[in-house]
Amino acid sequence: MQKNWWKVLCIILLVYTCTYGFLVPVPDPPGVPLKQTIRNLFFHVPMWIGMMVFFTVSVVNSIQYLRFLNPKYDIRATEFARTGVVFGLLGLFTGMIWAHFQWGKAWSGDVKQNGAAIAVLMYFAYFVLKGSLQDEEKQARIGAVFNVFAFFMLFPTIWILPRLSESLHPGGMGSEGNPGLNPKDTTNAMRSVMYPAFIGWTLLGVWISTLRIRIRLLSA
Amino acid sequence: MFTFRRCGLLVFMSMLSVTLFGQAAATEPENMFTANGKLGVVIAVLVTILAGLFLYLISLDKKISRLEKK
Repeated sequence: MQKNWWKVLCIILLVYTCTYGFLVPVPDPPGVPLKQTIRNLFFHVPMWIGMMVFFTVSVVNSIQYLRFLNPKYDIRATEFARTGVVFGLLGLFTGMIWAHFQWGKAWSGDVKQNGAAIAVLMYFAYFVLKGSLQDEEKQARIGAVFNVFAFFMLFPTIWILPRLSESLHPGGMGSEGNPGLNPKDTTNAMRSVMYPAFIGWTLLGVWISTLRIRIRLLSA
Repeated sequence: MFTFRRCGLLVFMSMLSVTLFGQAAATEPENMFTANGKLGVVIAVLVTILAGLFLYLISLDKKISRLEKK
C-alpha cells in the first residue's frame, strides 16, 4: 500500500478538479469571448501536459533500451507512448469541440492544431513501424531509434513553429503567453485548480500505463 | 475481492442518493445542485463517472497484483 499513495493522490486531485473546477470563479474580462469555456483549462490543457510527460518518459526508456538492450525498457517506452497518443488524441478532440464554439470551426487549419496533429501522427507511425516488424528484438531496437526521432519532431511541431506564426490559440506570434495558455487570462484562484489538474490527469495516465506495463511483463 | 465488491456497492448506493437530491431540487429551488443554473447536476454526473472509472482501475490493479503474486 505504501507504493500506492500516488494513486490515492490521483483520485483526490481529480475529484477536486472535477468539482471545484466548476465552482471556482473565473474572470470574464470585456473583449475576451471565452466566458465559462475557460474552465476547459482544467480538462483540455492537462491532456497536452500529460502527453508531453508520457512522451518524455517514453523517449528516456527508449534511450535506456538502446544502452542496455533490456526488453523491459522497450515495454515501458511502448506503453507510455501509447498512453501519450491517447492523451494527445483526447487533447485534439477536446480542442476541436472548444474550437467549434470559440473559433467557429472545429478545424481551422490553425498552426497549433496542425502541429499537434503532426506530432500525434508521428507516434502513429511509431506503432505502424513496430507492428510491421516480426522479430521482437528488431522491433524494439528500430522502434527505440524511431521514438527518439519522433520525440525530437515534437520540438518544432508543438513548441517552436506555433510560437513563430500567428495563431488563434494563445501564444502565437503577436499574442501573449506560451503555446499552452495565456497567463493573463488566468487568476490565482484558477491556478489553484489548474496545477492540481495537471498533476491529477498526468498521474491517471501514469497509472493506466503502469497497468499495461505490468500485464505485458506478466505475459512476457 | 469480495470486500472490494462490497465497497463498490457501497459507493454506488451512496451515489443513488445523489439522484434523490436532484429530485428534491425540482420543488425546492435553492440548493447546491440547483444554484448556478443547475450546474451542480453536471458535477454530480461527472463525479459519478469518475467514481466508476476509478473503481474499474482499482479492480484492474488488484487483478494484476494477484496475477503477479502467482
